[in-house]
Amino acid sequence: MFRNQYDTDVVTWSPQGRIHQVEYAMEAVKQGSTAVALKSNTHVVLATLNRADSELTSSLQKIFKVDDHLGIAASGLISDGRSLCKFMRSECLNHRYVYESAMPVTRLVREVADNAQVCTQRSWKRPYGVGLLVAGQDKSGPRLFYCCPSGNYYEYLAHAIGGRSQAARTYLERKHEEYPEASLDALDFKELDEAALRPYIDALKDAEGGGGGGGTAADDAAPMET
Amino acid sequence: MFAKGPSHSTALGPGCAGPPLANPQNFGQAGPGAHEHGSHQPSCGAAPFAVDASMLRSAGSQPHKHTQSPYVTGSSVLGITYAGGVMLASDTLASYGSTKRYKSVQRLVKVNETTVLGAGGEISDLQYILNMLDDLSTEDYCADDGQSLSSQELYSYLSRVMYNRRNKMDPLWNSLLIAGLESGKPFLGSVNMIGVAFSDDHLATGFGSHLARPLFRKKHRPDMSEEEATALIREALEVCYYRDKQSINKFQIAKVTTAGGVSISDAFALPTKWEYQAFVDPTRDAVGVW
Repeated sequence: MFRNQYDTDVVTWSPQGRIHQVEYAMEAVKQGSTAVALKSNTHVVLATLNRADSELTSSLQKIFKVDDHLGIAASGLISDGRSLCKFMRSECLNHRYVYESAMPVTRLVREVADNAQVCTQRSWKRPYGVGLLVAGQDKSGPRLFYCCPSGNYYEYLAHAIGGRSQAARTYLERKHEEYPEASLDALDFKELDEAALRPYIDALKDAEGGGGGGGTAADDAAPMET
Repeated sequence: MFAKGPSHSTALGPGCAGPPLANPQNFGQAGPGAHEHGSHQPSCGAAPFAVDASMLRSAGSQPHKHTQSPYVTGSSVLGITYAGGVMLASDTLASYGSTKRYKSVQRLVKVNETTVLGAGGEISDLQYILNMLDDLSTEDYCADDGQSLSSQELYSYLSRVMYNRRNKMDPLWNSLLIAGLESGKPFLGSVNMIGVAFSDDHLATGFGSHLARPLFRKKHRPDMSEEEATALIREALEVCYYRDKQSINKFQIAKVTTAGGVSISDAFALPTKWEYQAFVDPTRDAVGVW
């Protein structure tokens, strides 16, 4: 990205009608580690690629359980992701206290997006630098959403974000029609790992070693399993 | 309550009843800067729109009052579940103490496509609750995502509200029955003014809990047909009318069914028998009467 004179703060438009700070935030998501998600008629599955910085440590946790029926995978500034996760957990708990039921995924996602939008319209704030794949089950069945630093949210059948996610997205576009009827095993170990790892396998074909393992999370009527 | 004479408003002129000005104005007669206003008073001199509690106290006026007793009240509400639905019933009376003041009050209200609310107790508090539930429904409508609150969620919400108000020593003086379908299954819950909440196959508030529930315990089955349920409810309503002095012979029944959604019947009366000798000649066996 080229530096230009309209990107100093988030409250400045460029003459082309763009807010560069928001776009730079979205770039931070693209530079983050890969997260993949896909959905069937009964399950939603999330995966992230966990890479350890060195032999002395394990990797950063990028999948978070928000409630018994809802979890997220973050890509980008994971600390921002943790902060949003705290907010989402609080909202889900408050909903459970008042209504004694699971918070609808759409409502929660909209609250996160509204929060993110505020950060794009205040001179003393900065946009969140994290993209969230939100996977959950509610009365309307399994749902999968992507929350963007721009404050937009999109519903997906399958999606991938972060580094080398374009290859994963291409793969998912080809295979997504198989997913609605697929069993959990098929989704978990075959498709998800394929989609998540394939870009890395391809990219590192010539290098020694490979990527780290994958962590997966499945959401269904039972508690979220990681 | 007591008739007041017209108060001519100094703000609006003679012949208009309205608020007096907090600081009487002599328009055009005093120069600028001649009035002294506290920073909390609007310069036009009218009463501030938002009530500032600390200001009230400092003015030596009454402390913030909390509900001490109800004024216009409804009596019992009855509810039973049956095969494929749930039914609420109540009379259409709002009493003013012992006076049977308003005889066409609908105390069973549809909240959304799956829930009905029945209320006894202070009618103004019922209207306030309906306002709140309306706000919830509006939020659902604006979210426009096909999700709406289920009857169990409304029941939980109301129990939190009632309990919170009770904790502030300012209760909403109502006994509520929430009836609806929860994932296709009949749901019936009760919340009262101190926040006690529970759900069951058959419930009643007020006098109904003493008069109707024993009948329900004897005759209710969860797989009753709609005709049997209607007959049982009508029997219970009759007993409540005979024995509750604050009731009239004008009832409504609300149904929530898997087949037909929410429906509230027109008002109807039940046949009653008053030719018992003890009613015709109540003092026959008494001493010292003629």
